[in-house]
Amino acid sequence: MSLKNRTILSYAAVALLLILTGFLQSWSVTLVMINLCLISAIMALGVNIQWGYAGLFSAGTVGFTAVGGLAGVLISEAPIYEAWGVGGTGLAITVALLVTLVATIFGVMTLMTPGWKRRWVLTGTVLIGYFLIRLFFDEATDAIEKVDPASAGFLGGLGLPILLSWPVGGLLAALVAWGIGKVSLGLRADYLAIATLGIGEIVIAVIKNEDWLSRGVKNVAGLDRPVPREIDLQESPEFISWVERIHSGALEALTGDERAQALRDFVQYDSGIFVKLCFMALFAVVLLILFWLAQRSLNSPWGRMMRAIRDNEVAAEAMGKNVTKRHLQTFILGAAVVGIAGAMLTTLDGQLTPGTYNPLRYTFLIWVMVIVGGSGNNHGSVIGAFLIWFAWVQAEPAGAWFLDLVTSPLAEDNPVRLHLLDSAAHMRPFLMGLVLLLVMRFSPKGILPEPVRVGR
Amino acid sequence: MPDFVDILNALALMSNFVFVPALSYGAQLALGALGITLVFGILRFANFAHGDQMAFGTMVVVLVTFWLQAMGVSIDPVPTAFLALPIGIAVAILMSLGIDRTVYRFYRKRRVAPVIYVVASVGVMYLLNGLTRFVIGPDDQRFADGARFLINAREFKEMTGLAEGITIKVSQGLTVLISIIVVIALFWFLQKTRMGKAMRAYSDNEDLALLSGINPEKVVAVTWIIAATLATIAGTMYGLDKSFKPFTYFQLILPMFAAAIVGGIGQPVGAIVGGFIVAFSEVMLTYAYKKVALYLTHGGWEPEGLLQILSTEYKFAISFLILVVVLLVRPTGIFRGKVIT
Repeated sequence: MSLKNRTILSYAAVALLLILTGFLQSWSVTLVMINLCLISAIMALGVNIQWGYAGLFSAGTVGFTAVGGLAGVLISEAPIYEAWGVGGTGLAITVALLVTLVATIFGVMTLMTPGWKRRWVLTGTVLIGYFLIRLFFDEATDAIEKVDPASAGFLGGLGLPILLSWPVGGLLAALVAWGIGKVSLGLRADYLAIATLGIGEIVIAVIKNEDWLSRGVKNVAGLDRPVPREIDLQESPEFISWVERIHSGALEALTGDERAQALRDFVQYDSGIFVKLCFMALFAVVLLILFWLAQRSLNSPWGRMMRAIRDNEVAAEAMGKNVTKRHLQTFILGAAVVGIAGAMLTTLDGQLTPGTYNPLRYTFLIWVMVIVGGSGNNHGSVIGAFLIWFAWVQAEPAGAWFLDLVTSPLAEDNPVRLHLLDSAAHMRPFLMGLVLLLVMRFSPKGILPEPVRVGR
Repeated sequence: MPDFVDILNALALMSNFVFVPALSYGAQLALGALGITLVFGILRFANFAHGDQMAFGTMVVVLVTFWLQAMGVSIDPVPTAFLALPIGIAVAILMSLGIDRTVYRFYRKRRVAPVIYVVASVGVMYLLNGLTRFVIGPDDQRFADGARFLINAREFKEMTGLAEGITIKVSQGLTVLISIIVVIALFWFLQKTRMGKAMRAYSDNEDLALLSGINPEKVVAVTWIIAATLATIAGTMYGLDKSFKPFTYFQLILPMFAAAIVGGIGQPVGAIVGGFIVAFSEVMLTYAYKKVALYLTHGGWEPEGLLQILSTEYKFAISFLILVVVLLVRPTGIFRGKVIT
């Protein structure tokens, strides 16, 4: 089968799977799943840019997702002026000191010759700078966190539309990726993996603990929404009359109170569906744009160069390509795409919950999507995202059902049976690890292999 | 000015909260980092599954310990876990060899790029992570028993008449003692035995070692056996010292990687030194020095804050910071690890 037919068939299979779920389970559930599939597809696209284009292994996708999520809060929440009033000056001094410190370090780096002397001067500067900054920073953040801690206790954001946080989330993630890539790229490939693992943990620790910035584990709920809210729709006469028209057939047979009750039910259900459809449209547009860009770059001379570097670094370097620079570039691009998806996820949830950023869910699962779908193939990443997310959602009920079946000969209160049923949730990492290892071993190219490009 | 007793009190305080915990934590990290560094030297990849291999071995120890406790077996004052340790090590070794057989050997035959191993090891990591949590659950398990303290704070105070006591837990004493024994045995093995020499030769230059007739599969198998043994010992010590929680063990790979890289990856001595560097930095940077300052100034200066450089939530940031500094300043590590390109 040609790759083109294979691609079409895969998309058709995914569509069929989702439609079946819609008929067998419910359309509301299916739409929730599709929305998360779309976000996962964008994340997978980002990871594919890093891994499939350049062969870079990053273990910190969860960190880039979280940074994107933080952008959602920083852009859309209304600023809390009282907090700025008590802590603003202190923070401004902190920033000024930080800039001075960085400038001093750069000055020392350029003016002094490398050696022990410079090392001591640098260490001293950093230490003095750190304690000086802590002095102002601690006071400012303490004051901010004391402002109405039950509902605020943080700086708030800029009060702008949340859609703006999507590109900003990408930018923030790119900034973090630049820092980490600068340090660890150009060394062994494993070092990037280790360093990104670290930065992932640290980003989450910061978002969890810096209450003045993100409210930490107290969460920020009720974020701005780019689409209407269900509650507003249910009260809008236009929406109600619209629902009435759609369901006129079903409503015709009813009269009086029964009809009003049925209409209310329809309005309630349809408002939920309508909101999810709006989100779906938005996400699909973003995915299409990013996908188009990713395809264009892959088929451009730049994409050809990236493949050359990935397949033979030494040869590419001999041809005058700056491997480390190109790696850094690709790493940043991939991280930015993941950051955008992170901001979209926060938008969909309507809240930032730092406690839920779990590497299993946001790093590893995305990896499985990319590798199962076919590394280096953007269609593969999208297909992988849809299939794996589908499997992930369905695995728990399926696992519970399976364990129930297997243990059914045992008594209802048998401790082994109870333990197994309790632990069904932990089968997920096991199964996903198994899927990854099996695919890597027996079908390393994935569902949709990277197209073989023949020179003309 | 502080008088002599004040200085002694400050020293006791520091020993109790910094030196003793950091020493045992450092020994645990060193054993873990040794496994990572050996796997890196022989198989040439960063083994992300090391933390979860540690968790798996420790889980077996915990389960056997529970069983022994239920049977009423006890070797008081030594924790029962020590009776269970050999079984845990054996199971962990079997698991490691089985994983090598089914996962890594295939890639070794094909001589794939190191990063493919890394991805595979991440797969193994989640496999083991799921397995461990499936069997024992994600919660904290306490399995320490026997005598709790070598030196008790109250006794220490009565003995010395100081205001500050020093507590040394049995688990901490045993950790250091066992680490010393294990490390001596390991170095003897690497330096003196035929197999150890073969391992070092293989790590130095794979092709030359193959030409000299060294059996690579045997070298790899012995490496996994050592790594699994060290990991299970380290994991059990850590669990006795604190408690056993699968997720904590997963998080331990970051300090262990940092330790291996600081020391110079592929260098066993480096892993040990690195383990202590990471442990001491972590404990010293997250300790609140307020009381120490009070003693040293004879109560003359009561600082407003806790005098804590970093809050404990950021202890992983310290491993990371050490990692970054090493990568920037001396990417080969202290003892000139060889594998850098």
